[in-house]
Amino acid sequence: MSHAISRRLLVAAAAGSALALSFASSAYAEVKLSFLVDNAPATVKASEALAAAFHAKNPDITIEVESRAAGGEGDNIVKTRLATGEMTDVFMYNAGSLFHALNPQQNMLDLTDEPYQSDIMDIFKSVVSESGHVYGAPFQTAMGGGVFYNKKVYAALGLQVPKTWADFMKNNETIKAKGGVTPVIQTFKDTWTSQLFMLGDFYNVLQAVPDFPQKYTANQIKYATTPAALRGFEHQAEVFKAGLLNEDFGSASYDDGLRMVSKGEGAHYPMLTFAIGNINENYKDYINDVGFFALPGDDAAKNGLTAWMANGIYGYAQTEHPDEVKKFIAFVASKEGCDTQTQAVGAIGPYMTKSCTLPADVPPAVKDLVAYFAEGGKNAPALEFLSPVKGPALEQITVEIGSGIRAPLDGAKLYDDDVRKQALQLGLPGWE
Amino acid sequence: MTTLGKKGSRRGLAAAYPTWFYLPAAIIFGVLFLFPTFASLFFSLTRWTLFQYSFIGLANFRQFFSEPFLVWGLVNTLIYAVVTSGSKVVLGMLLGILLTSNVMVRGLLRAIVFFPVLVSTIGVGITFTMLMHPTNGLINDVVAVFGLKGPAWLTDPRFALMSVAFVDVWKGVGLATVIYIAGIVSIPAEYYEAAKMDGANALQRFWNITLPLARPATVTVIILSLIGGLRSFDLIWAMTKGGPGFTTDVVASVIYKQYQAGFYGLSTAGNVVLFVLVAAIVVPLSFALNRKEVEA
Repeated sequence: MSHAISRRLLVAAAAGSALALSFASSAYAEVKLSFLVDNAPATVKASEALAAAFHAKNPDITIEVESRAAGGEGDNIVKTRLATGEMTDVFMYNAGSLFHALNPQQNMLDLTDEPYQSDIMDIFKSVVSESGHVYGAPFQTAMGGGVFYNKKVYAALGLQVPKTWADFMKNNETIKAKGGVTPVIQTFKDTWTSQLFMLGDFYNVLQAVPDFPQKYTANQIKYATTPAALRGFEHQAEVFKAGLLNEDFGSASYDDGLRMVSKGEGAHYPMLTFAIGNINENYKDYINDVGFFALPGDDAAKNGLTAWMANGIYGYAQTEHPDEVKKFIAFVASKEGCDTQTQAVGAIGPYMTKSCTLPADVPPAVKDLVAYFAEGGKNAPALEFLSPVKGPALEQITVEIGSGIRAPLDGAKLYDDDVRKQALQLGLPGWE
Repeated sequence: MTTLGKKGSRRGLAAAYPTWFYLPAAIIFGVLFLFPTFASLFFSLTRWTLFQYSFIGLANFRQFFSEPFLVWGLVNTLIYAVVTSGSKVVLGMLLGILLTSNVMVRGLLRAIVFFPVLVSTIGVGITFTMLMHPTNGLINDVVAVFGLKGPAWLTDPRFALMSVAFVDVWKGVGLATVIYIAGIVSIPAEYYEAAKMDGANALQRFWNITLPLARPATVTVIILSLIGGLRSFDLIWAMTKGGPGFTTDVVASVIYKQYQAGFYGLSTAGNVVLFVLVAAIVVPLSFALNRKEVEA
């Protein structure tokens, strides 16, 4: 028995919202749209470039970019603003499991019949759809979860890009034996960065257990009892145990990690490839020293990449200007929108709009990434795009495993308990 | 209705203002305090996504108490509260005695010990996070001067909670000191003179005069700092976010993370539990401490 809460009651209850009287557009012909994005420098830069380019084309519509925290805090801001009826006209948010938690059918504009949809890749549409309706368009690019490596370090030691976990560990031993360079960088001050060994290993899980996502959603398979799924946790523990980490792994930040891998202070940094944008921003001079490879599994023949879809851009269902909102979203999803983003932050990865192309002279890490998406390349979506079940405590669990506080099997069990709450909250069958 | 009539007649005698005069305050109280309190009790019994809710009885409480990190969080909360509260009592008392003596520039020293209280908790947390950085923090740089290697204060699970507790004490001891100064100053000087004549030494004077007569101050400091310690969150969040992993999680940070994850019903249930927990510890304690005071 589910009750919808009357929006009016909620608004009345939230004391703060009483103060937030709408000072909306006082202009007559001109329309102002607000656009909420996360505060990653590359995102803000791309968003502002899009807003400016769109305004140049449509002088009567102004887009105001507003930024919010990223990660869990950002999720909360988005959910709270939707619940209290204070969302911006347009907003960016994740696709996949997090998208479903926003109750799209109630909160977002239906974009199913927009003319540009035929130009959007089906795989992206599948992760921003619910009950056959499409609610989002792609913003920014697809990403890979894998390992950044310093090409200069590799060249100096004559190392090859590893295709198996054993090769990866062998490379690490060589780097460690030589000394002076940290083999594997970990940055637990920003706890979310600790999840890559586990989340980025999902391509390998899928090779061993192809129906893992369906069974996982239906509460029929567990991380702790599936050896292939447990592997990611085990790898992380192995790296710690072998003493391959930077000394300050517990206090280092995401930006420290990017600095270390860019400047060659460290050799490997497991990360999502959107970080290329931040490297480009903060360590531009070193961007050509950074390469990328997928997290290797057990079998070299089955080497492939765990891929993250692009973020979505969504229209708020309660907006006063739905037509203008749709026009702006169409612009973001168009080839012109892609080019505007490339110009602003550089080429970071493949776009989800079919007609979009990347310039020829992309940085090496992007070239490495795009190869996994090109003909003959192998990739599979991360679990969060195939199942709505994702536990919120994963980043703390992986910090513990990666710091040697908790054993991998124990951590996997804890994570299995953790996802149960999410499944119950979403009301999935088979979890009560 | 009958009780209301009875109360009404009693109020009629005692009331200083007509009923309408109470109305504005009553409305504010109802909207901002009563309604949220009962709403949160209600939502703690539901699975709530902010967009819709379904009534699930006590399942949230069952879930909350079966959280693997909750027991850990409870233990940490108690350790943290007792350690910070105890240190503030001892240090506050000692500093109070020092700063009521005829020490030079007493006013300035009193101000200095109170300064950390005035600084924003988040600011203090961020500053100490930098000072306690394992490889380029000032604290370990100083330790290195003596040829030693300092630990990772905030990321080694053995030290993290105590490191935060230390900062909490540093920040909060000023308030305890001020309370003690007020308590000690109000003790009549005659007692000390009489004790001196009877040949009591400094330790005896402290033990038999200052300590018992500063009891109201001690009670205030214990209760204030214990409540503060039990519901402490901001400093821990600023410094460790409950980490590494779950090792410095306290009840409040467990609740916050549940809220962050979108488990609104569950985290509301957690807040109800925290409320009951604080009440269950502080009410009897306050009762016991105050009763002894009357007996003494």
